[in-house]
Amino acid sequence: MAMLSFERKYRVRGGTLIGGDLFDFWAGPIYVGFFGVTGFFCAVLGTLLIVWGAAMGPTWNLWQISIAPPDLSYGLGMAPMAKGGLWQIITMCAIGAFVSWALREVEICRKLGIGFHVPFAFAFAIFAYITLVVIRPILLGAWGHGFPYGILSHLDWVSNTGYQFLHFHYNPAHMLAIAFFFTNALALSMHGSLILSMVNPPKGEEVKTSEHENTFFRDDIGYSIGALAIHRLGLFLALSAVFWSAVCIVISGPFWTRGWPEWWLWWPNLPIFG
Amino acid sequence: MRTTLFAKHKALPLAAVGVALLMAGGCERPPPQSTQLGYRGVGQIAFVNPRTLAALHEANIAPESLAPAVPIPVNAGSVYQNLQVLGDVPITEFTRQMSAIAEWVVPKDQWVNGQGCVYCHDLNNMAADTKYQKVVARSMIKMTKRANVDWKAHVAPSGVTCYTCHRGNAIPQYVWTTNPGEKPRASGYVGDQNRLSPVPAFASLPYDPLTTYFDQEKVVALTPKTAVSPIDPKTVNTKNAEGTYALMNYISKSLGVGCNHCHNSRQFADWAQSSPARVKGWYAIRMVREANKNFIMPLTDILPASRKGPLGDPMRVACETCHQGVNKPLFGAEMAKDYPALLTPPAPSPAPAAAPAAAAPPPAQVEAVPALEPKVTGVAGTASAVM
Repeated sequence: MAMLSFERKYRVRGGTLIGGDLFDFWAGPIYVGFFGVTGFFCAVLGTLLIVWGAAMGPTWNLWQISIAPPDLSYGLGMAPMAKGGLWQIITMCAIGAFVSWALREVEICRKLGIGFHVPFAFAFAIFAYITLVVIRPILLGAWGHGFPYGILSHLDWVSNTGYQFLHFHYNPAHMLAIAFFFTNALALSMHGSLILSMVNPPKGEEVKTSEHENTFFRDDIGYSIGALAIHRLGLFLALSAVFWSAVCIVISGPFWTRGWPEWWLWWPNLPIFG
Repeated sequence: MRTTLFAKHKALPLAAVGVALLMAGGCERPPPQSTQLGYRGVGQIAFVNPRTLAALHEANIAPESLAPAVPIPVNAGSVYQNLQVLGDVPITEFTRQMSAIAEWVVPKDQWVNGQGCVYCHDLNNMAADTKYQKVVARSMIKMTKRANVDWKAHVAPSGVTCYTCHRGNAIPQYVWTTNPGEKPRASGYVGDQNRLSPVPAFASLPYDPLTTYFDQEKVVALTPKTAVSPIDPKTVNTKNAEGTYALMNYISKSLGVGCNHCHNSRQFADWAQSSPARVKGWYAIRMVREANKNFIMPLTDILPASRKGPLGDPMRVACETCHQGVNKPLFGAEMAKDYPALLTPPAPSPAPAAAPAAAAPPPAQVEAVPALEPKVTGVAGTASAVM
């Protein structure tokens, strides 16, 4: 595969966490590394197991294929393959693939001598997934509390799990997560549109830079966060959204069993109201 | 160097501790008990805190049944006067039933000389209907019999007795009256919702769904059977969802269950995807409407103000009156089978006397009083702080 003239400069040996030079190579444009191999293995195995599960299931309809976790009666033990064991192994494969991917990103960061912000951010997504299928099920005492792997079935899980608590919008962490998701979208749309507005001036005008960016928002809302800090803000908003999503589900069940609206009674029950 | 609370490196951990305390203060500790209600994986799981459950078990114990009566083939109606609903009961069983009712309904501080009879009866003339309590009791016995005989679809197999609701109180702990709401104000739209109330399980949903759906018999179902037409707005009204949601929250809280006790939330309306418990609930809604309409509202004229709400309507029954936070009242204790007098239709009146007041006039329209509580649950007091 052709390589751009300057690419060779960045494709340096080293920076690996495991495996030394053995896996320190590229497949075409893509870095492999030890974690590329483990990630590939886990991803392929997991996908094939899903296909196997679909073959055992009642349908090949892509929307309806579902790999369900075991019955609650299996607790935290292993279940037979056809009765949720498949879900348990696929979960291991998924975690293996996700974590491998994150560690491969770490190795790339080390090669390039850059910060670990990308794998750090990705780790939040992995954390949210692990919260759903490992941490919460362990807190509740059964793997059957995990969500099923299916396009529609996982939505049924979300809906039914939410309605167990009568009105999930009253879940305080859910509120925070939603607020962060929305604010994240707002920040990215403002930032994206601002940058595009700088590089798309009217015909005959020059492309603008930071001073114009800052001035636009100072004129508009009296404050410009600045070219660097907008990215700090964006990352904070995005990671907060994921973090509070994980919190909102891990507290539902393990730390609260009643309707979420009722949780707010701590407020009128504060001693300040006499 | 001056440091303040809001110095950069102090504010964050302090805020974190504050949030953590807040969360911990309002939460329970794991693990809860969980029960699988449907096929694995689709979230049909019920959670209950074992400590909450233990407290409920303690608070919902059925009393021991009185010793069986010696069977005597003499009907009470042939001995006592003015027996309109229990005339066909053997005399010994009748006496036993009366004692049980006194135990179940008359608070101990109302007993005189070790007897609860005086709460309803004029001791100089036990047959007289001079006390309103006696007329009410007759209507309640009819209601109980009606439930046991004709509403088996809801109350079987345990059946109901006076104790199911009363639990040793003259007025069951969980009754309700129409909430008059607040006076309209210039600012702060309230409508019939957005006030802290235990009725819709503390959600900001309409706070008096009981009047709407049990008194006024508004249709609870929302999802139209035909495709929604944008031309005919009558096919579906999303605003109605708030009332239905409030009623469903009330039912859930009354039974200590989540929505998925009856429904599969992927399609609430579809009976085929619902659990059999939903059928019980369907009958329950009709039973409650009938109980209030036929057995409680007709008593309006004879009830004193202390047995009525701010609008002059009598205290009525709904789900929580019997269930009291438990899926099966008294955890399914089969009390009723030990009281055969409550399991038969009311006997034809041998000597009709003054019947309970007939059809009730509509409740008097009283000027709406602000900040009045719905008399629904024991926790209503918590709402008073902010309402």
